[in-house]
Amino acid sequence: MSAAESFAAGNAAERLGAVSTGNALELRGVGKMFGALAAIEDVTLTVRSGERRAVLGSNGAGKTTLFNCITGDFLPTTGTIRLFGEDVTRFPAYERIRRGLRRTYQISLLFNGLTVADNVYLACRGVSRGRFSFLRPRRGDTLVARADELIEAVHLTASRDTAVANLSYGQQRQLEIALALAGAPRVVLFDEPAAGLSPTERAELVAILNGLPEHIGYIIIEHDMDVALRVAERVSMMHNGRIFKEGTPEEIENDPEVQELYLGGGDE
Amino acid sequence: MAVVEDRRAGVQPMWVERIPPVWWALGLILLTMPAWAGDFILFQVMGWTFILGIIALSLMFLAGYGGMVSLIQMSVAAMAGYMVAIFGASGVAEISMGLPWWLYIPIAIGVAALFGTIVGALAVRTAGIYTIMITLAIASAFFYFTRQNYTIFNGYSGFNLVVPPQLFGVDWRQAVPFYYLTLGCAAICYAAVVYVSRAPFGLALQGVRDNPRRMAALGFNVTAHRVAAYTFASVIAAIGGILLVWQNAQIAPGTAGIPAVIDILVIAVVGGIGRPIGPFIGALIYVVLSTFSPDLLTAFGLSGERFNLLIGLGFLAVVFFSPDGVLGLWERWQARRARMSDPLKGGGA
Repeated sequence: MSAAESFAAGNAAERLGAVSTGNALELRGVGKMFGALAAIEDVTLTVRSGERRAVLGSNGAGKTTLFNCITGDFLPTTGTIRLFGEDVTRFPAYERIRRGLRRTYQISLLFNGLTVADNVYLACRGVSRGRFSFLRPRRGDTLVARADELIEAVHLTASRDTAVANLSYGQQRQLEIALALAGAPRVVLFDEPAAGLSPTERAELVAILNGLPEHIGYIIIEHDMDVALRVAERVSMMHNGRIFKEGTPEEIENDPEVQELYLGGGDE
Repeated sequence: MAVVEDRRAGVQPMWVERIPPVWWALGLILLTMPAWAGDFILFQVMGWTFILGIIALSLMFLAGYGGMVSLIQMSVAAMAGYMVAIFGASGVAEISMGLPWWLYIPIAIGVAALFGTIVGALAVRTAGIYTIMITLAIASAFFYFTRQNYTIFNGYSGFNLVVPPQLFGVDWRQAVPFYYLTLGCAAICYAAVVYVSRAPFGLALQGVRDNPRRMAALGFNVTAHRVAAYTFASVIAAIGGILLVWQNAQIAPGTAGIPAVIDILVIAVVGGIGRPIGPFIGALIYVVLSTFSPDLLTAFGLSGERFNLLIGLGFLAVVFFSPDGVLGLWERWQARRARMSDPLKGGGA
């Protein structure tokens, strides 16, 4: 379908190129300045469709800024961002989301005045038609059903009608993930999903991530090496706003330079 | 600013069964009121309450669900009133066009909605106090413009003899018909706001209020959503404005002067902006105070014009003791009563 579409669109070469490389995300020379401070600099990163990537780095390395540039929370100062072959560098966040990009936030950004069900329903609505609908959902509405499935997937069914403000921290983190999986996500950015979770909750998170359908790729920022190396196929290391190393989890784990920088000289 | 609305989605009983008895009682009182209340109460007190309540409801929708405190609502209402006078019939024959009602009412609502949408498009790029400032600035500009413009708005004197159409052989400016007209419009506006608050549009607006950044990250165009909220609120304000010009039979710049603009804010805040019923409670308090306090004040040997003092003191008291308005006081009282009668926690019963 995508091939036929691109021929019809007339820029077949460009589209086919994108399809054949199958890249979910392509960042070229992306930089973001806050005043004179470069939060990230010259970041070039390619993530294939369906690939699971971890981004590691110390605090202030620019990981969350990188996410904010990819989702369009901030516009990058330099460079280009391509999402499934399409240049989205200047697109507002909602246009990128409608193209299959999703993200979670490090500090839960939820709708505190609304219930769990309403939160997830909004997430499902946001990526479908009828965002401006003045008609209430009817009984048996597919989006309401889809929202309930997501709520079940993140084990929040018992808290379905609870206001978000009354959820525990761990439950809020689970709801974050449900919001990011609404609709038909193709690439998801997880910003430290395990932060503040108990060991049991961590195990559950790893299970949720590994249980995602194969066509859904993701990038995960994670401090916990244990989590990161168990859910990622490839790892990118960030330091001082730059990506300085990329490889498989084993390569990264055994890299002396990485050990020095990230693990503080490695375990003696 | 948590909204305490009916949260049950999913499987629900019949909607009729879900209406609490208080509402049945209220409905009965309002519907039978003409049988036992005088014309003054019907037309002046209740009619005015419903009209101010509708206009304040449009502010409640923006502020309570959208987190946007707009001071333009009275001006939008006045714009609709002016359009009724200009496109319909009035005592100023050289300006008024005398179109039929089925033409000038949609025009009035349309022009007012357009006006409110344009103001909204400017205002949604600001937040908090700046939204208040920009809408107040435009409201002042509207007031001075109508006062100085004679070709369209007939300047200082405005329009007189603007009356509702004689529909179905009824003079809608008589106390009883006008009472039912305003009651009906208020009920429809109220129901529309309640309904929309649980529809995708209203839910998303509350999402925008709680967390605009996350809404964008869920695929919503936050700016467009806020502007659309202004459009919806403007339609409601316009309905109030049309009723207002019919009730007064005239409209002049003072209708949307700064005091009137502030009054709408006071009404909404005193009643409570958390729920759509709040503005009507606020409007009733405001109207009762401004209607009867002159008598009360003169009885105490004070000047009758000091009724604004009472309203001001009442406003201060509410803001100090119950930031969520009279409605908030009521809810807290209910919660306390429920606690008191709980045998586990001691107290009554």
